[in-house]
Amino acid sequence: MIENIFPALYILAAASFILAIKWMNSPVTARRGVIIGEIGMLLAVVGTLLRHEVVNYEWILIAFFLGTAIGVPIAYIMPMTAVPQRTAFSHACGALASALIGTAEYYRHMPHGFSMGALVLETLLGFLTFTASLMAFGKLQETLPTRPITFKGQNFVNLGVFAAAAIVGILLVISPERMWLFPIFTVLSLVFGVLLIVPIGGADMPTVIALLNSYAGLSASAMGFVLNNKLLIVAGALDGSSGFILAVIMCRAMNRSFSNVLFGAFGTIQVAAKQSSERPVRSASPEEAAEILDAARSVIIIPGYGMAVAQAQHKLREMFDVLSKRGIDVRFAIHPVAGRMPGHMNVLLAEADIPYDRLFEMDDINSDFPRADVALVIGANDVVNPAALNEKNSPISGMPILHAYEARTVMVVKRSMNPGFAGIDNELYYLEKTLMLFGDAKAFVGSIIKELNAAVASR
Amino acid sequence: MTSYEIAIWVFMLSAFLGFELIRRVSPLLHTPLMSLTNAISAIAVVGAILITGEKDASTLSRTLGFIAVVASVTNVVSGYLITDRMLKMFKKRGPEKK
Repeated sequence: MIENIFPALYILAAASFILAIKWMNSPVTARRGVIIGEIGMLLAVVGTLLRHEVVNYEWILIAFFLGTAIGVPIAYIMPMTAVPQRTAFSHACGALASALIGTAEYYRHMPHGFSMGALVLETLLGFLTFTASLMAFGKLQETLPTRPITFKGQNFVNLGVFAAAAIVGILLVISPERMWLFPIFTVLSLVFGVLLIVPIGGADMPTVIALLNSYAGLSASAMGFVLNNKLLIVAGALDGSSGFILAVIMCRAMNRSFSNVLFGAFGTIQVAAKQSSERPVRSASPEEAAEILDAARSVIIIPGYGMAVAQAQHKLREMFDVLSKRGIDVRFAIHPVAGRMPGHMNVLLAEADIPYDRLFEMDDINSDFPRADVALVIGANDVVNPAALNEKNSPISGMPILHAYEARTVMVVKRSMNPGFAGIDNELYYLEKTLMLFGDAKAFVGSIIKELNAAVASR
Repeated sequence: MTSYEIAIWVFMLSAFLGFELIRRVSPLLHTPLMSLTNAISAIAVVGAILITGEKDASTLSRTLGFIAVVASVTNVVSGYLITDRMLKMFKKRGPEKK
């Protein structure tokens, strides 16, 4: 009797996951989505624990305890600026889990035929995503150099390692009895994961994170094929397609292809472009900036990764309040690839309590720039570079950008004239109407607020 | 239909369902979406439990299964909690400012 409950529990769990993602389409229902997702997970876990094959509970309980002990502090202590790192870390955990289960399954049953094919795919994706995510984590945490690392023949080496892993994998599918091949296969997959991320620079992280998300999901889905478990297939496929779509959106927002992101090694080509940085720019003090903002009617703020680094979002919120109180229309323009992961800026601005109906997507706000009095760029660079539209041979040519240059006045908060992550010179800085505000973003916005308040007091 | 065929059907349909659902998610919520799908794909915990809790599991598979349970429970717990923590921050403009 009780055996009949499990399939029902699994079906309910799968339905809950689908609803959870469906409700993520709006901030109003999203939290409901999380709750139904939790319920689904609970059903799945309970349904599994009650299965008659599961008899030995002590290790499972210890593992539950350990996992909770690690997971809860991560969720509560971690600052919001570290969200990309945490995401990379959890891709690594998920991929490791499914790779290890695949490995255990191989030594346990040594499946043949179709199952073995799925198992090879599961462990390949699992192991490569594991090391790749750890590398991404290191780069985001800046324990590893964030600049892309390239060497001669890199693509050749990478493809060679991948081909070797694929060949060993195929041999294993043909005859799983060749057990000595399995450790080689594991090592090759792990190494390929590392090589995959070595040439990736910070600006490409949003795409790569999304792609790793997809791989981790596909690996879980492949596990479903191995264990003949439909719930795993469904949940893994949802995750896999989610990561894939996000990666496609990111690529489109940079006008680049997958292969270009993975094998293009951005940042090496533009060394020649850096020479022109000697040109004159106009700079301004916080006082002048405050005056211009005070006189404006419409201000569009463009945040980028630099805002996250400087932790300027809370100061920005203060400025937002001061300006809004004076009846100035303040909006935020968010480029899809601003930051280090999809949606990164939105989370930081939401954390600073900026209402989400003030955050606008690129396509919705670009036509408003000509009517904006001020475009204030904070820690963004390539996403406002007009070279993407004008210069045919620029590395970012064709990338859709925020049309900040169309605003009446452009202000750019920037630490120095060093080119951004992509290492490309930005024409925007040399325009007649552009004012460079040199300094730390948080401190500079702080002094603008002070000047704004002082202006009121003296009136 | 063999069980493999059914499995492939299930995969194909859920992948398309996934595409349709995710396409409707506003870019505003892409970060929480990613941490939610991450938590959901920690459903790998099901496979990990089956391997760890088996009657005569070898030391190897019990060890691997154990690590897998720890890794996926970490993802489940931190994934759901942090998604909720993020979503709590998304507020509309309060009535006092209108």
